[in-house]
Amino acid sequence: MTLLDQFQKTLLASGLPDWAAYLVPALMGVILIVAVSLTLVIIFIWWERRLLGRFQLRLGPNRCGPEGILQPVATGLKLLLKEDIVPAKADKILHFLAPIVVFVPVLMIFAVVPVSDGAILANLNVGIIYVVAISSISTIGIFMAAWGSSNKFALISGMRTVAQMVSYELPVVLSLVGVVLVAGSFSMLSIVQSQSIPFILVMPLGCVIFFLGCLAEMNRSPFDLLEADSEIVAGYHTEYSGMKFAMFFMGEYGVALAYSTVITTLFLGGWSGPLLPPVIWFLIKVVLVFSFTVWMRATLPRLRVDQLMAFAWKGLLPMAVINLIIIAIEVLVVPASMLWVMVILNFAFAAALVLLWSRLFTLGGGRVEV
Amino acid sequence: MPIKTEPFYLNLGPQHPSTHGVFRLRVQLDGEVIVDVEPIIGYLHRGIEKLAETRTYTQVIPLTDRLDYVASMTNNLAYCLAVEKLAGIKVPERAEYLRIIFSELMRLANHFLAIGAFLNDCGALATPLIYMWREREKIVDLCEMTCGQRLLFNYMRVGGMSQDVPVEFMPALKKFVAEMPKFIGEYEQLIKQNEIFLARTKGVGILPREMAIDIGASGPVLRASGVNWDIRKKDPYSIYDRFDFEVPTGDVGDCYDRFWVRMREMRQSVRILEQAIGQIPAKGTVWADVPQFFRPPAGEAYGHIEAPKGNLGFYVVGDGSIAPYRVHIFPPSLMNVTALRDMAIGWKVADLIIIFGSIDVVLGEIDR
Repeated sequence: MTLLDQFQKTLLASGLPDWAAYLVPALMGVILIVAVSLTLVIIFIWWERRLLGRFQLRLGPNRCGPEGILQPVATGLKLLLKEDIVPAKADKILHFLAPIVVFVPVLMIFAVVPVSDGAILANLNVGIIYVVAISSISTIGIFMAAWGSSNKFALISGMRTVAQMVSYELPVVLSLVGVVLVAGSFSMLSIVQSQSIPFILVMPLGCVIFFLGCLAEMNRSPFDLLEADSEIVAGYHTEYSGMKFAMFFMGEYGVALAYSTVITTLFLGGWSGPLLPPVIWFLIKVVLVFSFTVWMRATLPRLRVDQLMAFAWKGLLPMAVINLIIIAIEVLVVPASMLWVMVILNFAFAAALVLLWSRLFTLGGGRVEV
Repeated sequence: MPIKTEPFYLNLGPQHPSTHGVFRLRVQLDGEVIVDVEPIIGYLHRGIEKLAETRTYTQVIPLTDRLDYVASMTNNLAYCLAVEKLAGIKVPERAEYLRIIFSELMRLANHFLAIGAFLNDCGALATPLIYMWREREKIVDLCEMTCGQRLLFNYMRVGGMSQDVPVEFMPALKKFVAEMPKFIGEYEQLIKQNEIFLARTKGVGILPREMAIDIGASGPVLRASGVNWDIRKKDPYSIYDRFDFEVPTGDVGDCYDRFWVRMREMRQSVRILEQAIGQIPAKGTVWADVPQFFRPPAGEAYGHIEAPKGNLGFYVVGDGSIAPYRVHIFPPSLMNVTALRDMAIGWKVADLIIIFGSIDVVLGEIDR
């Protein structure tokens, strides 16, 4: 029973017509999600820039507002006022639609993320599948942008997008199945409730695979090949300016935030935690996950495209399959009350698998004869 | 049924984030794989060689600053050496030591930027670059202390230096040299064992030993291919024969070797600096009293030095007047960049960028 369901019940009891009783809570929820998540995205943009500044021995934005927190607002205003340039040879419709197709699914992910017990817009019984399905829509948007802007840099980026997103979807989904097996449900609420021990401890390897897959899905370093600025300028959004670019920009950070919330929900125990209110715990965990991605962005070089594919298909995918088999057997054998047995077993398996792969596995191919 | 594909052309530059200036690469691609590369230069041509003919010998020195602007004092040195050879001028002892100190500082400054920009090309979002920049700033501060400039120093003169270093320079230099090994160690720790960095650079863009010699490559690019060739050792100019240092070389000639040779060269530069600080005469003139409008005899002279990027040569022809009849510049970057096509073919676009970054070119020098 979510909070919105209760509100809807109250409205029905108060004698409103049925359609209004369904429409009002839904609209309220949508507006709430859009407002809250966009505000959070803006704050996270500031946080990333500040943190990145610290990693790079500089201050980061510190002029607009206290500690520079209004800098993203200033950026947004600047982008709003900029001229919207559409290349003469662009496919006008695709070029126009692409930012929307990228941006909207990002907001839709937030609909199934529980911020505390019952505080969820839509408690779908297939929550996880919904997240995976919705997040793959952005791929189409990025490819539309790449193809529609009729630019060669964008085209290369688009080709990389499809290859990368499709490849990394598989290990992500496979590591999710492990979560589902242990939790016994697809619903995000029940997954959080079933985490008496956070799943990051129960299935460390699954968590790492999911995290790396997410980094690739949200195009962050070391998998930021789509917008590798030292190679293909700005990738798929090379030909975008003004508000359309701002939508890509917001979408990029929005998806990073969305995946941080998903990781928090699935592996870090969601809102649960002692003393502090659930929402605060949830936010703390999200900030930690997000900051970790910023750390990786500030530290690691970028993989090459063939190395990226090799890492997905030769590294993550087989490991995810083995991890899934191990967890499936454990779920059958170990009783649910003795989750700590799985913790010990899985840490041992994770260490063994990673060691094995580091011996056997090489990243990518070399020179091609042309 | 095989799908019909055709290669397409991609213009990297002249306006592109990682062309290190205004360099244009016309790349023929088959998917991501490079089929052909055609470097196109000339976007930064300022006619320095022609300008030099209409200026006095001293007035040419500021022009040479604009060649390799990352390490501009080395250009001063090469030009001054050539003119001194032409005019037969003897440089005072203290000035010789200052020249050594500043050329090694410039080598450090150049390698910091080269390695930082190279890692930036590898995709390590600006962090290594800014770390390197921190040390480079200290070198620039030392130069500012001396000659008031931070980029185009215009410090050396024919027959010595324009002025002596201030009293606070030597203590600052000693502090810098004492700190340096620690920082170089820090960068090695940051970068050298990084798995992704190794995967990106090991075996990528190999320049075989024979080809490196054939194309006339020099500097770290040549040494990374396993050729022990350093003008400081083979044809000692100034007073380099008094110093004890090693010439690091690579084995394979890939991007990693070029990076690693630069890293080790920085340690050797610090060694030379330490010795120079110990040996430099505390007092003395720094300029052999050369008149402002001096007239070297008619003739020709060639002075070359081991610049941070390689063999930098100046060929000066005098006709007995106050201005050189002809000045020709032999830039190391131009020779090194000719290897790009052979190194890059068969690799991916991303590799082309790091191969180009590992050569370490400055367009001011290529286009002149």
